[in-house]
Amino acid sequence: MSDITDTNSLVTTAENPVSGIDQSSGNFKYDMTYDFDAGTGLNERTVDYISSVKKEATWLHDFRQNALKTFFSKPLPTHWATKDLENINFDKIRYYLSQGLKPKRTWDEVPEDIKRTFERLGIPEQERKFLAGVEAQFDSEAAYSNIKEAVAKQGVIFVNSTEGLREHPEIFRKYFGKVIPTGDNKFSALNSAVFSGGSFIYVPPGVKVSHPLQAYFRINAENFGQFERTLIICDEGAELTYMEGCTAPKFSTATLHSAVVELVALKGAKIQYITVQNWSSNVFNLVTKRGLAHEEAEIKWIDCNIGSRLTMKYPGVVLKGRKARGEVISIALANDGQHQDTGAKMIHAADETTSTVVSKSISVGQGRATYRGVVHIPRHLKGCKNNTECDALLINTNSRTDTYPAITVRGDRHAVQHEASVSKVSAEQIFYMQQRGLTEGQAMSLSVNGFINDLARQFPMEYSVELKRLIDLEMEGSVG
Amino acid sequence: MAASAPTLTTVADLVGGFTQEAFKAHLDSLSGAPGWWLERKRAAYARFESLPMPGRTDEGWRFSNISGITLSGFSPAAAAPAAQATAALGVASPAATLAFDGGRPAGSSPLSAELAAKGVVVSTLSESLSRHPELMREHFMAQPQKLGSAKFAALHEAFVQDGAFIFVPKGVEVGGPIFVVHSASGAGTAVFPHTLVIAEDNAQVTVVDHFVSRDGSRQFACGANDLYAGHGARIAYAAAQCWSLEALSLQFNSTVVRRDARVQSLNIHLGGKQARHESLSQLQAPGGFSEMLAVTVASGAREFDQRTLQIHQAPNTKSDLLYKNALLDQARTIFSGLIIVDPDAQKTDAYQSNRNLMLSDDAESNSLPGLEIQANDVRCTHGATSARIDAEQEFYLKSRGIPPKAANELLIFGFFEEVLSRLENEELQAALRDLIRTRISL
Repeated sequence: MSDITDTNSLVTTAENPVSGIDQSSGNFKYDMTYDFDAGTGLNERTVDYISSVKKEATWLHDFRQNALKTFFSKPLPTHWATKDLENINFDKIRYYLSQGLKPKRTWDEVPEDIKRTFERLGIPEQERKFLAGVEAQFDSEAAYSNIKEAVAKQGVIFVNSTEGLREHPEIFRKYFGKVIPTGDNKFSALNSAVFSGGSFIYVPPGVKVSHPLQAYFRINAENFGQFERTLIICDEGAELTYMEGCTAPKFSTATLHSAVVELVALKGAKIQYITVQNWSSNVFNLVTKRGLAHEEAEIKWIDCNIGSRLTMKYPGVVLKGRKARGEVISIALANDGQHQDTGAKMIHAADETTSTVVSKSISVGQGRATYRGVVHIPRHLKGCKNNTECDALLINTNSRTDTYPAITVRGDRHAVQHEASVSKVSAEQIFYMQQRGLTEGQAMSLSVNGFINDLARQFPMEYSVELKRLIDLEMEGSVG
Repeated sequence: MAASAPTLTTVADLVGGFTQEAFKAHLDSLSGAPGWWLERKRAAYARFESLPMPGRTDEGWRFSNISGITLSGFSPAAAAPAAQATAALGVASPAATLAFDGGRPAGSSPLSAELAAKGVVVSTLSESLSRHPELMREHFMAQPQKLGSAKFAALHEAFVQDGAFIFVPKGVEVGGPIFVVHSASGAGTAVFPHTLVIAEDNAQVTVVDHFVSRDGSRQFACGANDLYAGHGARIAYAAAQCWSLEALSLQFNSTVVRRDARVQSLNIHLGGKQARHESLSQLQAPGGFSEMLAVTVASGAREFDQRTLQIHQAPNTKSDLLYKNALLDQARTIFSGLIIVDPDAQKTDAYQSNRNLMLSDDAESNSLPGLEIQANDVRCTHGATSARIDAEQEFYLKSRGIPPKAANELLIFGFFEEVLSRLENEELQAALRDLIRTRISL
């Protein structure tokens, strides 16, 4: 275990051609003379260091230091969450390493199965190298500069967290850390102390951004960092779709990913936030995501979790203004050794607010998929509605699924409904398809794709195509 | 999580009025009880003493008003000459009745000679300690406490004075219901009602527990009941909880369902200032079926806290849970249910449903319907809803000239009817409906 945590941003030696696969027996070493390396472990000096490298204002430095204190003071939430969290060794993690110093590995060092996956998914050559960590950045300038220019003309600010807080404090400081306060949970405190990278976006009133903005549109960004921080503000009547992640396996050597994403939709604004997460199976993915929807605003999270060892992520919407709408669409696939602990939080805080949660999970092999949710309607509101649906599909006899919703309703003027079901792939369907010449594996893939089809359709086309291919891959070898 | 407030916890907080002296006095009152029984009680008291009170971060007590769970100010009921309990619930033909007041026997009407000759036993726990020690050892509180109240279950075991013991031997069908009344009176009185039902293979029995306060003072009821259904046995169990509106009530139910057995349990919650009910069903062998029903009328500023666990331990078992709450005034309800399907318990069919009817803008319902499934060939669904009375139904009744209060009452009964009509015994249905009516009259 300790060796695995060590491998975050290390230079691998030639004796270890398959780093990333057999990480427990590697002969790793790193050079401590790097300029922008905060070293391993976490203390006040680490935070001072990050803050000074980023040339941050005093208030931000203090914010980080306070967050660090909060992080140390909070216990791990193991009274309700999995005990697996105790396996995170916070002292062995590297909390900051500047972009240019990210580890380089050659294409030959990338494990065969990862290469094969890229091939099967049809990932462009250039992107493959980036995804595999061969190149520190994916130079997408040429491909996407048109979009960048177009949105800039509309007055959209699209920068990274450091730049956002340094160059546009008048816009971002007001909302920074307000939707998700530092003390929200242990991992949001950790992120607040050591965050770097991520996107800060401001969309001016009435501007409708027609193209989805993607995290890797921007160059020189630390997007896939461990502790990225994202803040998106849509001013009155503005609309934005944002996408992060990708369906290809994110071949990471870092073992802890803990992001904080805050969304603010002012009156009448619409934000759609799409995530496709496919971390490698040694990663703890502990992310806090929450949106604040003002009057008649709409926030929609589309969240797809396929990779990682443990994902804990419950995108939420605080429905603060009258007639605000919140929606979470969640797809989780848990394969052997994985635990997808995902869900949604809907906090109704105004009249006539509505929220919808649709969650579909698939457990393969010994995978474990968990839905955990909160719906809260406080006193003296009227006309609030929530509808939650959770469906779980169990593929193998030893697959596991859990559902833990918590629904609080006060008052007699609301309608709240929760439903969940668990099922397996129908043997008749499989038999029918086999009879038509499909192999059992193909039939199984087709069934699973059918199970999530109505949700997958809500993804942008290229994502949903890749998602389908990915499910085919995951389902291979799950039967027979 | 006991560590969260170690400095504030004192011995008094942990045991309240149930001090070592009180426990010694209780043991002294049990003259003639066998040594193993006293030993068990001592062990239970030690557990009670050492276990912490529920804490803020205990998942099993999420949403509960923990500050209302306090043991100080209560002490075990004194050995007063027990009043003959009034026959509760108007049912014409009970198979037998048993009454307990302050935890001590207070009259009974015996079984027919025919049933007694077949070996049916309707007796007290104290008597059964000497006559049926094996059955007592095997079944009395033999199941694990998994729902958060291990401390209070230990308290019950330590202080239980007496209770009902019902045994139906192989293949015997009892027919009409057996009624058990547990009553309490006096402020600060603690009672530990217990009902143990053992139905051997292919036996049949219907048992009704009725919990009543004889005055409106604040009492503490810490009760338990164990149901054991052997192969092919059928148990129908109903409990009407009508403690005083000031009472604190904690009740633990445990049901064991063996091969092809059927157990139906219905709990009606009407009383108590704060009432918690924990229900554990273990489906241990193929063909077992457990039906768990509850109806709660939550009015005033009271809290009803229901925790359930359906464990499917064998293939081809079935469970069906339906808990309905009507919430009035400033009442709070908590429903926390969990279905566990063990690995290899294939072909499980489990259902869990919690319906909350919101009748006041100040009422609060909390639902935590949970699933933990570790087998794939199962049918498991759950649902939870919280909503007000259907506007169309309300309008219909209004248009027929029915005054709003009466209309509401009708609609609440309509809401409960789905549960009550599942009882086979129609006479019992009617009696329970009357009982509910006394609490609903708006």
